[in-house]
Amino acid sequence: MAQVVASHRGPVTGTANKAKKRRPFLLDLYSTAVGKKYAMGISGIAMMGFVLFHMIGNLKMYAGAADLDHYAHFLQTLLYPLAPKGVVLWILRGGLVAMLFLHLHAAWSLTMLNRKARPVKYQSARDYQIANFASRTMRLSGLVILAFLVWHLLDLTFGVVNSEVGNKVLYPGDTEEVKAVYVSVIASFERVPVALFYIVANILLGIHLFHGAWSIFQSFGWNNPRFNKWRRAFATGFAAVVVVGNVSFPIAVMAGVIS
Amino acid sequence: MSNTIKNITLKIWRQDGPAAKGHFETHKIDEITDEASFLEMLDILNDRLVTDGKEAVVFDHDCREGICGTCSLMIDGQAHGPQRGTATCQLHMRKFNDGDSITIEPWRASAFPIIKDLMVDRSAFDRIIESGGYITAETGGAPDANLIPIPKPIADAAMDSAECIGCGACVAACPNGAANLFTAAKVAHLNRLPQGQAERYSRVESMVETMDDYFGSCTNHGECEAACPKEISIDVIALMHKDYRKAKFSNRKDLARS
Ligand code: HEM
Ligand code: SF4
Ligand code: FES
Repeated sequence: MAQVVASHRGPVTGTANKAKKRRPFLLDLYSTAVGKKYAMGISGIAMMGFVLFHMIGNLKMYAGAADLDHYAHFLQTLLYPLAPKGVVLWILRGGLVAMLFLHLHAAWSLTMLNRKARPVKYQSARDYQIANFASRTMRLSGLVILAFLVWHLLDLTFGVVNSEVGNKVLYPGDTEEVKAVYVSVIASFERVPVALFYIVANILLGIHLFHGAWSIFQSFGWNNPRFNKWRRAFATGFAAVVVVGNVSFPIAVMAGVIS
Repeated sequence: MSNTIKNITLKIWRQDGPAAKGHFETHKIDEITDEASFLEMLDILNDRLVTDGKEAVVFDHDCREGICGTCSLMIDGQAHGPQRGTATCQLHMRKFNDGDSITIEPWRASAFPIIKDLMVDRSAFDRIIESGGYITAETGGAPDANLIPIPKPIADAAMDSAECIGCGACVAACPNGAANLFTAAKVAHLNRLPQGQAERYSRVESMVETMDDYFGSCTNHGECEAACPKEISIDVIALMHKDYRKAKFSNRKDLARS
């Protein structure tokens, strides 16, 4: 290979193996870039599971107010009376927040590593062959999703920017009032800029997943000549299902299909 | 019969040393045969520069037949230039047209400091090889051929990754400056063969961790595969990631015993 320039690295000795640092197992795994990619993948899969079921659950919207509100109530009272109301939901939420944190931390530190790996950029234009829009905008799409997530929670979970959140409704035949979720969703999407932000963010989520849901296979080492051609199809299909489902809600509200 | 290519404008990166500030320098090639290789074109330019009392452009090369991995040029934004599956030395001027402007840059990565002009120091790759790119074999007389049976598909797959010539185009092409294709090619080569089994898991652990000291992280863009003169598939990267996981999980106890 190339000539060796005098450097801090010292001579070639044939004994480049460093003494192993003893560290708790998970920290040890997380200390390398390959390990951090496992963390990204695991947290990515957890969040993929969430967005898929979140979308499917919300399809209840098309069955009417009572269905959606009862579904929300069902989530609130998971495992009740074994666990107090809301507890299971908060545990699930806590898990998701932890996954999000892990994903963000790994994304941040890998980005810093990559910056360090090429401090001087190419001075002429690169001609990329394979890297696509999705793979090259993971950070950007991720950050827009993060901004959207904050808004979404302030809007429909905590009601900071939505005065309908927190209202209750008593349906005929019920013994107790349930949260009027349906009304707050309609109220949210009747604000056109909010609906547009929701649509843009979900399209970016789809773009993130178009690369991400393919990328996890490589990161985990799931590579098998017999199913490799399905990996791209899976990512495209998964992203498409999530985007089409999620984007349909604000469009349906704006078009007056659900009101 | 050969044709001539006329009116080529070269924009070449010139840099006096690792810490110096570099710049692009423009040179004209009025006429050149299309049978000239890209490096011969640079030789001709250098002859002219030396005759004119100027300093020749420094670039790396050795075998000029795509087997040593020494040549290394970023040509028009592509590592090893616009031809798939070949090293810079195998690129010929017939790939270009009259009036073309060609930009030439060195590989750029912090692990590959520029020595001068277009030549970089790739000894970070040697560090990775030292940490696990070997097998333990008994010394003594040469063993009989076919003493160790290796199924044909395994031998073929190992050969596919053993083709890596260590040129560094994968790192150069990677938007993250990651060396996963190089490292994985070496890991896959040895980990697939019976002779490589003894160190299988210690190898992948050490090589991945040494790689981390110098290079960026793989985002699965796939640019490395497109740039690789040996067209090594990113499938080897998946194999390395899998073996790394196995090394960390299943084999942890075994390694802990030692
Ligand atoms: C909230 C802000 C988010 C940010 C800043 C973010 C950022 C990133 C980045 C930078 C990568 C590429 C990392 C690399 O390959 O080096 C990535 C990968 C990925 N992301 Fe996200 N992301 C976010 C949210 C999400 C969400 C909500 C999901 C799923 C619904 C998701 C799923 C994935 C998946 C599956 C991968 C591929 C992991 C792998 O290659 O192993 N991300 N993310
Ligand atoms: S994997 Fe390909 S591009 Fe990378 S060093 Fe080996 S031959 Fe060069
Ligand atoms: S000079 Fe040997 S591979 Fe190009």
